[in-house]
Amino acid sequence: QLPTGLYKKVLVILHDSVLPYMNEPTLMIDFLTVAYGIGGAISLLALNGLFILIHQHNLEYPDFYKKLYSLLDPSIYHVKYRARFFHLADLFLSSSHLPAYLVAAFIKRLSRLALTAPPEALLMVIPFICNLFRRHPACKVLVHRPNGPEGMSEDPYIMEEEEPSESRALESSLWEIQSLQNHYHPDVARAAAVLNQSLSEMEDDISGLLDLSAYELFDKEVKKKAVDVPLEFEQIRGLFGKKNDIFAEHFALD
Amino acid sequence: SNPFEVKVNRQKFDVLGRKTKNDVGLPGVSRTKAIKKRTQTLLKEYKEREKTNVFKDKRFGEYNTKISPEEKMIRRFTLERQQNYGKKSIYNLNEDEELTHYGQSLAEIEKLNDIIDSDSDTEERGTLSAELTAAHFGGGGGLLRKKASSGQQDEEEEKPKSRKELLEEMIAKSKQEKQERQTRRENALELTEKLDKDWKEIQTLIVRKTPKSEKKDKEVEKPKPDEYDMIVRELGFEMKAKPSERMKTEEELAKEEQARLQKLEADRLRRMRGTDEQATKKKPSHISADDLADGFILDKDDRCLLSYKDGKMNIENEEEEEDKEEGEEGETEDENEEESEEESANEDEDAAADSHSDLESDLESEEDAAGNKEQKKQEISENESANVKKIDPNMEADKPELPYTFAAPESYETFKSLLAGRTIEQQLTILERIQKCNHPSLAVGNKAKLEKLFGFLLEYIGELATLDLPELRTIDKLVLPLCNLCQMFPEAASDSIKFILRDAAHDMEEVIEVRGRATLPGLDTLIYLKITSLLFPTSDFWHPVVTPAFIYMSQLLTKCRITTLQDVIKGLFICCLFLEYVSLSRRFVPELINFLLGVLHLSLPKKQAQGYTVVHPFALMGKNLELLLVCDKKDLESWQKQNLPLSIVSRLKEASRTETNHIRLSCLALCFDLIKKCAALYETLPSFHEIMHPVRVLLNQHVPVNEYPEQLQEWYHSALKELENKGKHYTPLICEKKKPVPLKQYTPKIVKVLEFGRKQAGSKKEQERKQLIQRHKRELKGAIREIRKDNQFLARQQLSEIMERDSARKRKVKELLGSLATQEGEWKAMKRKKGNN
Repeated sequence: QLPTGLYKKVLVILHDSVLPYMNEPTLMIDFLTVAYGIGGAISLLALNGLFILIHQHNLEYPDFYKKLYSLLDPSIYHVKYRARFFHLADLFLSSSHLPAYLVAAFIKRLSRLALTAPPEALLMVIPFICNLFRRHPACKVLVHRPNGPEGMSEDPYIMEEEEPSESRALESSLWEIQSLQNHYHPDVARAAAVLNQSLSEMEDDISGLLDLSAYELFDKEVKKKAVDVPLEFEQIRGLFGKKNDIFAEHFALD
Repeated sequence: SNPFEVKVNRQKFDVLGRKTKNDVGLPGVSRTKAIKKRTQTLLKEYKEREKTNVFKDKRFGEYNTKISPEEKMIRRFTLERQQNYGKKSIYNLNEDEELTHYGQSLAEIEKLNDIIDSDSDTEERGTLSAELTAAHFGGGGGLLRKKASSGQQDEEEEKPKSRKELLEEMIAKSKQEKQERQTRRENALELTEKLDKDWKEIQTLIVRKTPKSEKKDKEVEKPKPDEYDMIVRELGFEMKAKPSERMKTEEELAKEEQARLQKLEADRLRRMRGTDEQATKKKPSHISADDLADGFILDKDDRCLLSYKDGKMNIENEEEEEDKEEGEEGETEDENEEESEEESANEDEDAAADSHSDLESDLESEEDAAGNKEQKKQEISENESANVKKIDPNMEADKPELPYTFAAPESYETFKSLLAGRTIEQQLTILERIQKCNHPSLAVGNKAKLEKLFGFLLEYIGELATLDLPELRTIDKLVLPLCNLCQMFPEAASDSIKFILRDAAHDMEEVIEVRGRATLPGLDTLIYLKITSLLFPTSDFWHPVVTPAFIYMSQLLTKCRITTLQDVIKGLFICCLFLEYVSLSRRFVPELINFLLGVLHLSLPKKQAQGYTVVHPFALMGKNLELLLVCDKKDLESWQKQNLPLSIVSRLKEASRTETNHIRLSCLALCFDLIKKCAALYETLPSFHEIMHPVRVLLNQHVPVNEYPEQLQEWYHSALKELENKGKHYTPLICEKKKPVPLKQYTPKIVKVLEFGRKQAGSKKEQERKQLIQRHKRELKGAIREIRKDNQFLARQQLSEIMERDSARKRKVKELLGSLATQEGEWKAMKRKKGNN
């Protein structure tokens, strides 16, 4: 009912400066459910208020996880509220009573979406997925399937399916993370390679990684001291003078 | 010292070259030393333990070592005088001060004199010792001597002539003799000098006459050298023809070059894998007990490594794979290299043949020259001179004005003024000469100068790129000296490029903080990024410069808004950079695919998009859509594939609609090509199809292919073909089994000992840590030992005190008892007496 800008403003502060001071927070149920149903960033923000209602005021929300599952789209890695969302998602998925198919669907969807994510989000989401594996060992088939069928021609996982139970995530494997082992950022590649080995018992602490910014990453890399600097040995003949230079094909020095 | 007090620590084995510190000890001496020290410090404290009064030494400057004794005396004296000033003056009526000599008041001395004079019974002795006193006090006035002698008299009355005095006498005598000798020597020296001077004066007269006669004498004396002798000597002195190193044939040279390149390539691959390197670093190579440690290593470690897979023993599995990979890549590389070498060789010949006839050879031959570093310098100068003559006579006139030596510029301004107004070739020669004149082997400070030069050159390039009309041709040429400098000073080069990147990233971060979004940077930053790829290997797993550059470019592609056609071109330029960076390592760059998808989306007419989503900075709906949409039929038909001129980026040409449309189409073509290249690059990734899925959907379902000109359709189809003809193949993932921890073996660990008494293992940091721990342990032990000894000492002290006290008490008791007994005895005796009486 409200304009999106106003929605966002209200929802950002709702959980910590409105709800605790209300006599009957349950009055907000309707508002929040509507907001949750809108989709996009507003849903992400409504999640926080909804969580408080579920947690402290006994709100029963049907198909909560299904809704949460459908919230996952490529933009979650790019929006401003990423840290907040993943903090809550971590809370929701920490229950050990969740069925394996659900967690597997979440894992698979998150990693599929990670194929478009920037490095700072990847550095956060890979440990996140590792933690999910630790909490739900039944999902480990995603990374370890010794006697699986050879040479499948399709990924069994169905991305478009809205119902987590129908997505066949448990039949799939995490090829996405394997692809990310080739990521250009060394830390991401290293983090992704962790899943090759059997995981350690301890959970990673991702609270520090939640709001990592790209600039921090850059700063960290720039400040590293190198012992020696390897140099390019290929002879160059000019600005676009490398072998098979892509630029020479498409750009002119005018 | 006493041999019974020496304790010798017996050595089990004598090791040559080992220095032993503690083989001999003197326990008695050290114990007494320790006890002495304790009595001086601990015992004092112990004795004063219940005393609160403190003795304070308030003597002026008693413990101040900075002041010399004389000065101390003077200061003390003045202090005393100051203290005493005003107090005494009341009673001292007419005398202000008392005159003293050697601390005795003169008045007293005078009195004493009188007294001595008066009892002059020992006059003779006084006169006898006059010489002596003179020697002692160095003579003086008559009165003084008198007084002194009288003083001496007193002493001599007591002891006639002590040993000390005799000695003093002798010393005085020897001193006198010495002085005499010295004066004699000085006289002699003076005389010889005088003689020399005279001789010189005379010599000039003599010399003129002598030479002829001498020469004659010599000729007469020397017989004519024998012919035989001459021949023998000639043979002896003749330069022997030494075998120089054989000139290498072209083949060998090529082979060497190839070997060098292969080694570099192998290095690069190792760095690319990154993780392997660390693993190998950490893993100490296992050496068997039979190893002779003589440095003999087989060319390749071809032992089969034992490994486990699925619980079974698995031999030489990984290695094979790696070898295969290496082999493949190595082969392709080799082929490339061979080709390029052939090419360059051919081109060299061409250049040599054509340089004076071909007008086109201007550019080509220079490129060739760059390719062959060895021949570069001569060729450039040759080519230049050849070409310059033809092209521009004016430049000819300028040329000789260039000085041959240049001082390395200290500031950017001087550097710029050096290059200002020169042609490209001249700038190059200037740079080359600066480099040569300031080669680091020539002087000490040159290294820093040339390192600075790199920074200046980089800055200059940036400035050229930010001009309204960017001088890209100049930059193109300036890259070569930049590259040379970088090869000389990798650290400085990496630092300055990192500095530039950091500035750029910092600026962007600030803009984002202030305005919430950023714009793509100018051409200079793009050029810098390109230069980074030229100077440093972009395939490394981690590289101090390249990795930050990667992150920066990723930020550019994800954070910056695309609002104009120029932004699109810049973005595509960065995409090209990304592709170039990862072309060898085939690393996955999600931002690249996202961006290409977004750009393609910009080319679609506004309608609901289905089957794919674009991510930040693009949006499915909203402003700035249809940026690349071309509707004009005519423009579509007249389009020809053209290379995008980079200068568009920095300034918007007032282009006609047609031109703009053409640029749009070129961008699209570039985009298709990039997608094709991405597809070729990433086909090995296990989730290739998922990555490319949105692009494929967009290309298949939404791009209005039929409206595009034929050439563009070709691009489109080749891209789509590349995307679709990749096989789908999924194999389930399997974790690597944990390697079982091997049992501990009893093979002795053999480590090369470079220096005795120092532990080799571990890195420098680790070693330092160990050393600190060791030192702490040692100190702790020492301190505990000292405390224990202190306690022992104190206990001993207390015991002795108690014993002393006890014995004193015993003695006193005994005394008392004794006195009592005597009293008793006396009393009894008295009694007896009384009884008797």
